[in-house]
Amino acid sequence: MPAQSIWTLLSWGPDGWSDDIASGVLVTIALALATLPIGLVIGFFVAFAKQSQEPSLRLAANIYTTVFRGLPELVTLFLFFFGMPLLLQYVVRLFEPEATVDVNSFIAGMIVLSLIFSSYASEVFLSAFRAIPKGQYEGGYAIGLSKWQTMRLVILPQLLRIAFPGLENCWLSLLKDTSLVSVVNLAETLRNAGVAARVTKHSFLFYSVAALVFLVLAVLSSIATGYILRSLGRREAR
Amino acid sequence: MRIALRIALAASAALLTLGVAQAQEKTLRIGTEGAYPPFNNLTSDGQLVGFDIDIAKALCDEMKVKCTFVAQDWDGIIPALQAGKFDAIVASMSITPERQEKVDFTHKYYNTPSAIAVPKDSPLKGVTKADLAGKNIGVATTTTHFNYASKTYTDSTIKGYPSSPEEQADLANGRLDAIEDDIVVLQQWLDSPDGACCKILGQPSPQPVEIFGPGAGIAVRKGETDLVNKLNEAIDAIRKNGKYKEINDKYFKFDVYGAES
Amino acid sequence: MSVSQAIAIDKPPPQARGWPRARFVGYGLVGLWVLFGIGIVAYLVHAWNAEFFARYAPAYLQGLGTTLSLVTISMVTGAILSLPVAYGRMSKNKFLSGLAYCYVYFFRGTPLLVQTYLVYYGVGSFRPELQSVGLWWFFREAFYCGVFAFSLNTAAYQAEILRGAIESVPRGQWEGAASLGLHKLQTLRKVIMPQAIIVALRPYGNELILMIKASAIVAIITVYDLMGNAKLAYAKSFDIQAYIWVAMVYLVLVEILRHGVEWIERRITIHLKR
Repeated sequence: MPAQSIWTLLSWGPDGWSDDIASGVLVTIALALATLPIGLVIGFFVAFAKQSQEPSLRLAANIYTTVFRGLPELVTLFLFFFGMPLLLQYVVRLFEPEATVDVNSFIAGMIVLSLIFSSYASEVFLSAFRAIPKGQYEGGYAIGLSKWQTMRLVILPQLLRIAFPGLENCWLSLLKDTSLVSVVNLAETLRNAGVAARVTKHSFLFYSVAALVFLVLAVLSSIATGYILRSLGRREAR
Repeated sequence: MRIALRIALAASAALLTLGVAQAQEKTLRIGTEGAYPPFNNLTSDGQLVGFDIDIAKALCDEMKVKCTFVAQDWDGIIPALQAGKFDAIVASMSITPERQEKVDFTHKYYNTPSAIAVPKDSPLKGVTKADLAGKNIGVATTTTHFNYASKTYTDSTIKGYPSSPEEQADLANGRLDAIEDDIVVLQQWLDSPDGACCKILGQPSPQPVEIFGPGAGIAVRKGETDLVNKLNEAIDAIRKNGKYKEINDKYFKFDVYGAES
Repeated sequence: MSVSQAIAIDKPPPQARGWPRARFVGYGLVGLWVLFGIGIVAYLVHAWNAEFFARYAPAYLQGLGTTLSLVTISMVTGAILSLPVAYGRMSKNKFLSGLAYCYVYFFRGTPLLVQTYLVYYGVGSFRPELQSVGLWWFFREAFYCGVFAFSLNTAAYQAEILRGAIESVPRGQWEGAASLGLHKLQTLRKVIMPQAIIVALRPYGNELILMIKASAIVAIITVYDLMGNAKLAYAKSFDIQAYIWVAMVYLVLVEILRHGVEWIERRITIHLKR
């Protein structure tokens, strides 16, 4: 293999790896963005269940966060990615002996990241729930709002504002956790950088590029969240 | 509740692609790693190239089927085969008893010996257990070389690496005293500018077949005897009609098939 | 809203909507978990393989030892390193605080996997330079490199915890101590820290747990920790129970730590309980 200059390696096009890494970045962003709404919704409901008056609901929610916060992300991912097809195949073959089950890597990654994200987000939501005084609920009921209306119109707007900084942290860890999905063969940033590093033997170069990519993503999210936070704050001031 | 059920159904439909009746399809999906030059690696424009890939293409021509390739990280390659993401693995996978419990193999399609490389100025004289006692030996953990090194060089420190390039880098920078790997992989590295530091010291011997297996074979799901037979016939055919030699000579200076079995 | 409507609602809706729905869902979910647990246990019993256990259990134990020592050393070194970083973050000097901010931002903004890889393989390519300054012996060892990367990483997180805790103590405390004639260091040690520790304990506990979990990636630099050994076992046997066992070990470990932290928290906040 002829020695190539760093600039050739980083160029855009057939000889360079920039286009491959860029496509990896797109996958990283898509995965994180696809996970976010699912994780938020699950996290919200888990937090809701945790402060329910029904003990069985609290128990179920607590087991959920204990498991998914206690397991290293990599273990969850491996268990899910390697174990789930076996399980599903076993079940499906009861009905259709010839069938093979294929779990799409993107969706598997999305599910696992949602599980992890939601278990952390639920803790953030829970403390936000607790920070809202009971009087807010009572006020809502007093003007004749139903339980769900109170939740939607009175509690949720305040909840989001309180929970926002914590959720921002969850989002940053989610961005970084997407890099683990490279082990299930999803061609995201780190996997593409790793392939480039192995093929060209310039591992320092390509892992630095990967670090830079994640840093830029973090900076961009900071700018975006700062913007959202300001608009949330403005709403409060009015 | 009904909406929830519908969402669940839609989600599970998206999650699962039930591949029934694949037998009628003419396409053979082949899984490979894509990070093991010169046997299989991805290029910067996303193509898979290498000896494994060319052999697989030749086999597909021989069997008159259309082939598609999937690059899959090594750790998940057998589970992915079992899960039906592809139908055969052509990725320089050694035929070992442990793997044979999970998948079926064809005959070997090549067999190259294990070798040990050291820095050029290394004081090491040989590759026996006594020669390497107390030394740091680097090996890629997912290989048969790792199994051999951990069984044989019990007086040395065996360091497990995720793949060959990492162990080569550490031999070059002096963290390791020796590395064990496939001779072809080592030779290719030594011929490149990065490998200028080092040389091949020798081949461990004997290289027991219980550990290394008879060579690299093509793995398919358990029980797919038809496919195994077809692939075996195709391997024999390309050995006979010169196609194998053509591919072999494109990559290597000697015959990597090894002894006729 | 008209008056008649307001009167029509004579009491607020009850807080809990009776038992049927919530309890139904709750029992269902707990039932699912129980089923899941039974499934796992049944699988392990069914797939029980004395040979597998005998072969890999010692490796798992040894890996657990590696994980624990790596995390312990990194946590302690990180705690020491976090002091200057936290100081920098709170400093009024623009340059210092900017520097500390960049440090924290870099280590919190990039994956630990990438940091570890860069330290080990990146530093490896600067051997002559390191040898000339006499640091090569340190960076030669993979374990030390792991400790180095993990310490730098956790220092960034711990600095933020420390800063948050110290800033959570009201300013009046500083002023009060100053008026008593305590100088800054005394104030920090005798007045601020005892209050800050209560705030910081839980985040510290979380950070410890996060480190234990994060250490699962250290196998890429040839340090075979608990997860690394599980991966080896899986690569050899292709048996999913390799991961199920390791999952259990991690869960137990994390739970012990979590309860330990809660116990300490109860002890040190005993004077706050009314």
